[in-house]
Amino acid sequence: MNTQEDLIQYLLLLGDTALVQGQRLCQWCGRAPAIEEELALMNVGLDLVGQARNWLEYAAELLNDGRDADDLAFRRDEREYRNLLLVEQPNGDFAVTMTKQFLYDAWHYQVLEGLCTSSDTRIAGIAAKSLKEVTYHLRRSGEWVQRLGDGTEESRRRMLEAIPQVWRFTVEMLSGSDGETRLARTGFAADPARVAAGWSQQVATVFASVELPVPAAANYFYLSGRRGLHTEHLGLLLAEMQYLPRAYPDATW
Amino acid sequence: MSVWTLYEVFVRSKHGLNHKHVGSVHAADSAMAIENARELYTRRSEGVSLWVVPSALITASSPDEKDPLFAPADDKVYRHASFYELPEEVGHM
Repeated sequence: MNTQEDLIQYLLLLGDTALVQGQRLCQWCGRAPAIEEELALMNVGLDLVGQARNWLEYAAELLNDGRDADDLAFRRDEREYRNLLLVEQPNGDFAVTMTKQFLYDAWHYQVLEGLCTSSDTRIAGIAAKSLKEVTYHLRRSGEWVQRLGDGTEESRRRMLEAIPQVWRFTVEMLSGSDGETRLARTGFAADPARVAAGWSQQVATVFASVELPVPAAANYFYLSGRRGLHTEHLGLLLAEMQYLPRAYPDATW
Repeated sequence: MSVWTLYEVFVRSKHGLNHKHVGSVHAADSAMAIENARELYTRRSEGVSLWVVPSALITASSPDEKDPLFAPADDKVYRHASFYELPEEVGHM
């Protein structure tokens, strides 16, 4: 694969992961435990959808096949999606939602921090803008993990159940594709090894602060978001997200 | 939710100005109150600083005491500092 192709795959990884996480968060609309929390969840979701737009616009330009960012978001099937498996998992209860959010934010932060010095100035620009938002996302989700982990007996029990439920998907945060490694060598992408180390440390610190056990590093299994091999949950999420533009391709608003 | 604390929110719109009361939020603790206040009141560059205070800690005057507390003694003009002219450079005071 050449650099251009590696870069497109990388942009899709960043864009699709943000988009799917944003869509998942928006499923809390009308169902969050408090109006303040609902607003916060929607704001984080909208931040991520905005970031996804930036990444997908760039990907569309490089693809140069007539598709725009909307086409990439609404007219690709699950096999063509490159998002991390973690973010497509169902929201579950609030402990699962916040565990997913935190594990994603910790990865996202490391990646964006690495990308701020990308040799591609456009990537560096998008990353610098996104990093401000994600710094806040990480602070918020980290505090929720601590609050729930160290809260009531019930909230702690739920955290202890939530972590193992989604932990196996974190295997994707500990390694990058060959393409990412190639891009990192030329300074385009964040170095996967550094991201993995930073992520592990961040997660360990927050978990340890409220005595939540960190499970052993997750093992590889046959699914991979980077290769478009998703769990069954992504198809349902996309069906809902893509229904309108697919059913009414000429719709405008 | 019913056990969350009500916090009053104060926003300083720019440096040099006072914090102004803008509303209230529910939160489980003060860190969450700051974040909820940020979501509700400062997403559109409305401020540079936030204060949150548990509503229960605020002592308020009673509407029944309106007259004794607030009715001004208008005949005592010397109580009103209206005879001074402020130079432009002083700005907000």
